[in-house]
Amino acid sequence: MSSPAGSGLQLAVSDLRVEIAGNLGVVRAVDGVSLEVAPGEAVGLVGESGSGKSMTLKSILGVLPPEAKVTSGQVVLDGTDLTRLSHSRLNKIRGRRVAMIFQEPMSALNPVMRVGNQIAEGPRVHLGMSRAQSVQRALDLMRRVGIPDPERRFRSFPHEFSGGMRQRVMIAIALSCDPELILCDEPTTALDVTIQDQILRLLAHLCRESGTSLIFVTHDLPVVAQICHQVAVMYAGQIVERGTVAEVFRSPLHPYTLGLLRSAPDVDQPGQSLVPIPGAPPSLIAPPSGCRFHPRCKFAEEDCKVTEPPLRILAAGRATACLHYERCLDEMGAEA
Amino acid sequence: MSTDLVSVVPVEGRTRLRRARWYRHPTLVVGLVLLVAIVFMCVAAPLLTSFDPDKQNLEQALSGAGQYGHLLGTDQEGRDTWARLLYGGRIDLRVAFLAVLFPFVLGTILGSLAGYFGSWIDAIILRVIDVVVAFPFFVLVIALVFVLGAGEKSIYIAITAVGWVSYARIIRGEILVAKRQEYVLAAQSGGLSSLRIMGRHLLPNVITQAIVYAMSDIVQNMVAIVTLSYLGLGIQPPTPDWGTMIADGQNFLTTQWQLTTIPGLTVVLTGLALSLVGDGLADLLRPGAS
Repeated sequence: MSSPAGSGLQLAVSDLRVEIAGNLGVVRAVDGVSLEVAPGEAVGLVGESGSGKSMTLKSILGVLPPEAKVTSGQVVLDGTDLTRLSHSRLNKIRGRRVAMIFQEPMSALNPVMRVGNQIAEGPRVHLGMSRAQSVQRALDLMRRVGIPDPERRFRSFPHEFSGGMRQRVMIAIALSCDPELILCDEPTTALDVTIQDQILRLLAHLCRESGTSLIFVTHDLPVVAQICHQVAVMYAGQIVERGTVAEVFRSPLHPYTLGLLRSAPDVDQPGQSLVPIPGAPPSLIAPPSGCRFHPRCKFAEEDCKVTEPPLRILAAGRATACLHYERCLDEMGAEA
Repeated sequence: MSTDLVSVVPVEGRTRLRRARWYRHPTLVVGLVLLVAIVFMCVAAPLLTSFDPDKQNLEQALSGAGQYGHLLGTDQEGRDTWARLLYGGRIDLRVAFLAVLFPFVLGTILGSLAGYFGSWIDAIILRVIDVVVAFPFFVLVIALVFVLGAGEKSIYIAITAVGWVSYARIIRGEILVAKRQEYVLAAQSGGLSSLRIMGRHLLPNVITQAIVYAMSDIVQNMVAIVTLSYLGLGIQPPTPDWGTMIADGQNFLTTQWQLTTIPGLTVVLTGLALSLVGDGLADLLRPGAS
């Protein structure tokens, strides 16, 4: 694994802003997001729909939809700012050093191309392999991701595969050029729970084996707990809390994270009632003043409506954007 | 693309289904039978007649069907009508197929560029399409051939210059829809070049519509070629051709009606065969067809 000498970081996203020009005004989909990934580390990016997590991921590889634009910020991979690279130089990084896995494995595979050829395409384009070499590699990859009878399945089309098998094909494509970093955009959301578990185990195993870093976007907290080391929680285009998975899940320091954890069932505490977060996510055209979560927050004070809280670093790798995070601690303490 | 590599693997899935079902479309079957018969007769012309289509024999001019061994009689210069019909078909069918190929390729390339890249490329190509579409097909083709001079080459150039717009519009529209699919996003984030994404990922997904249109376009082209030849702008005498035969026979319609009607019926029959094949293919290739 090549890691940057100085910083020890694989990828550093800093102060990223993405705007989408819409009919009703400019949507600030991503608003000053900073994210760091160390080599071999798996970082979860959690939030509800429309919180900007997918946009953050897509802007890393510069594959935003045409109406969205990165207005400021940097995406530094190994000392190179990806947002400033030309299209052709970016293409040497996409798929080769940074790969991406999508949510819907059916629509993310080309319906009229044989899956084997889709897996073999990357190695041929990026690694300069001959046809025979790339086919051999595709067969090896299919074996690695657990597709039975690869020689026969090589010539199959995506519609002949089940959902789980398709996602295995996507993983094989992502791994095909030995990338340093894999970006996952809710890769298991479209699968049922048992298959989801298989795919997550496979992904975690393969990344550990090859030392590949992961950024894992999801709204599913147990999935983050299963696969990630670090987690960043996004709300309304901003990161509101960051830390190791163990710490954030044990003692959340932002009322939104607390709300997320309370609204998801916990196997260890059966019978505990689920508490929804009141209200709905805010409009990103005209977000609320001050803290964006304050209209839905039960701890909100007057200062929350005025002051826009910065992401404060509390300890190594631990940060929160709540002015009154102590209350979360009190709340958890009172419960225990 | 990969036949050499995994030829041991049995062909399965959709390919086999497609192959197994084509004969269930009656339009396609009837059209194919007719077309194959016509093409075969034209290709095998030397076996089906011993007469030279260009050989004049004024002593036997305007003989009726069956006279002197002429199956369908002769024209005003004593040339065998049956032989001219067969050899004329070779030219007309060849021109019709080639005159579809060139606009198909040109229109597909320009339509892909317009649809995939959008912005100014799209704007320019769309404006050119608008200009071409503003004129009726035949008027523009006849005008172009007239300017370029009669002959086979002019027909190709004229039909390509006018015909590409249909393919460009079809492909552009299909690409506009397809490029927002997630597999294109996946290909882009896989670092593939735009050319590769268009050629290997988008085109195979959208080309069907253009192929179906090409089938009906052949009919239009054949009629165009026959029309041009009828007007004296197409295939030049003495080379046999159905349009010229219809035009030449007109003067003798009252006495030797077969000189005009037989080539005319041949054109109708060939057009019908091509239309049936086109409709049948459209049925077969339409997504979700049972």
